[in-house]
Amino acid sequence: MPADALKCKECNTRYELEARYVCERCFGPLEVAYDFSTLDVAETRRKIQAGPRSIWRYADFLPFAAAPRPGLQTGTTPLQRADRLADKLGLREVWVKNETANPTHSFKDRVVSVALAKAVELGFEVVACASTGNLANSVAAHAAHAGLESYVFIPADLEEQKVLATGIYGTHLVAVRGNYDDVNRLCTELSGDRPWAFVNVNMRPYYSEGSKTLAYEVAEQLGFELPDRVIVPVASGSLYTKIARGFEEWIELGLLEGDVPIMNGAQAAGCAPVASAFADGHDICRPVKPDTIAKSLAIGNPADGPYALELARRSGGSIDAVTDDEVRAGIKLLAETTGIFTETAGGVTTAVLAKLAARGDIDPAERVVVCITGDGLKTLDAARGTFATHTIEPSVAAFEAALPQAVTA
Amino acid sequence: MGVRVKIPAQLRAATGGEAETDVPQADTVGDVLDALYERYGDLRDRISENGDLRRFVNVYVGGEDIRFREGLATPVGDGDEVTILPAVAGG
Repeated sequence: MPADALKCKECNTRYELEARYVCERCFGPLEVAYDFSTLDVAETRRKIQAGPRSIWRYADFLPFAAAPRPGLQTGTTPLQRADRLADKLGLREVWVKNETANPTHSFKDRVVSVALAKAVELGFEVVACASTGNLANSVAAHAAHAGLESYVFIPADLEEQKVLATGIYGTHLVAVRGNYDDVNRLCTELSGDRPWAFVNVNMRPYYSEGSKTLAYEVAEQLGFELPDRVIVPVASGSLYTKIARGFEEWIELGLLEGDVPIMNGAQAAGCAPVASAFADGHDICRPVKPDTIAKSLAIGNPADGPYALELARRSGGSIDAVTDDEVRAGIKLLAETTGIFTETAGGVTTAVLAKLAARGDIDPAERVVVCITGDGLKTLDAARGTFATHTIEPSVAAFEAALPQAVTA
Repeated sequence: MGVRVKIPAQLRAATGGEAETDVPQADTVGDVLDALYERYGDLRDRISENGDLRRFVNVYVGGEDIRFREGLATPVGDGDEVTILPAVAGG
C-alpha cells in the first residue's frame, strides 16, 4: 500500500495521512502522495484482475495502510459501446461509462466509499457533506450501511427526487436557504470546530482519490489501453482532474502505454466559471451565481478550477459550456441511442460531445469515452415535455385512431 | 463595535488560538486584513502574496464572497462580519 503522505499541491509541504485538507503554510490544497517504486507491473496487473468486483481491486492506488472493510459494492460499472450515438454524430468509436450503475446511481459512490473508509480508519463516528444532491444520496446511504451518524447539507431548492433519495436513509438532512456555494461555505466553517469527517471538506484529499478508480476501470475495460479522449462533467473540477491523474499514474507505472487522453470538460452555460476562464485564457476562475437545470454541476466557486484549466490546456482538450435546452436534448439523444437515461449532468456531457463533434474537434478515428455520472430518475423534471404520451380509452378503435401508423393492413 | 473577523482553524496557530477578533476601525476589507497582519505577523504570508490574496483563500463579508463585490476594496462598517476560509472545499 504505497500511499505515504499528504502533500501540498502548491508548495510541496508534507503532512501525515490525517484529517487535513489545507496547507498551513500557503493555504494550498493537500493531496495524497504515493511511492509506487515497490510495485511490480505484471504482479500489480495480476492482482487487479484477481481482485474484488469493486473499486477495491485498485486498493494499491488508494490511500490506505491496510485494505479497508468493503462497504456498499461500488464501481465496476459498465463501459458500454455506443455505436448508434457515434453514427449519429459522425464518429467511429464512442463508449459510455455508465456510472448510474453504482449503489446510489452516481459516481459519487466512488469518492464516498474511499472517504468513509478513511473516516472509519481515523476513528470518526460522524460523517457529513455539502452536496448538490448525488453526494447527499451517497453519504446518507453509505453511512447507513456502515452504522455511522451522518449530517447532509443541501441547497433548499434541490430536485425533490434527490431530497427523497437522501432522507430515506435516516440521515440528519439540512436544507440550507442558499446556493451550493453558501452550503459549502457553511460546511467549511462547521468543519473547523467539529470532530466530524466532512467527506468533501476535511476528508477531501482522500475523497477525491476515489475518482481515479473511474479511469482505472475504463483502462482495464479497454484491455489495459488508453482512450484517445475522455469527456467529463465539471463542477468543482475534482472528478475531471482526478480521472487524468488515474491515467497518469498507470502510465508512469507502465500499466498503460501512451499519452494522457485529450480531456474535455463539460459545464452548463448557467454555471460555467471554468469554461469562461478557459475561453478567456485565464488561469483562475471568477466565481458566478449558478442558474441552470444542471444542479449537480451548479458550483459557482470551483475548488479545483485552476487545476482543471491547466489540465484542459496541457492535454489538448477544452472546457465547453452548453445551454439548458442543449442539456435536455443531450439527455434525449443519449437515451434514444444508448438506452441509458441520465440526469442533467450527463445531458451536459452528451451535449458537449455533440458540440465537439459538430465543431470538427474530434477525429472520427478517435476512441472517445463519455462519463455519464448520474441517473435520470434523479432529475425527472428535465425529461418532462420532451415526448408525447398517447392517452386512450381501452379499445382497439381508440388505439388505431390515436396511432394510425400502427394499424395492421 | 467595529468589524468582527472569523479566523479559520487552519490560521489559528498564527493568531495564538483566537477564532474571532475585532478590528475597531476599517473602511474596506483590505484595511481589515492590514490590521490583522499588524496584529499577527505570521498571517500575511499565509494568506497573501504580492499584496493580493492567495488564490486558495476566500474572504466573505456578511456571507458574500468579496469577488462578487469589490474585492479588497469592498467597504465594511460597524457590525459587519468578515470570514476568512480555505477555498479548496466542496464538489
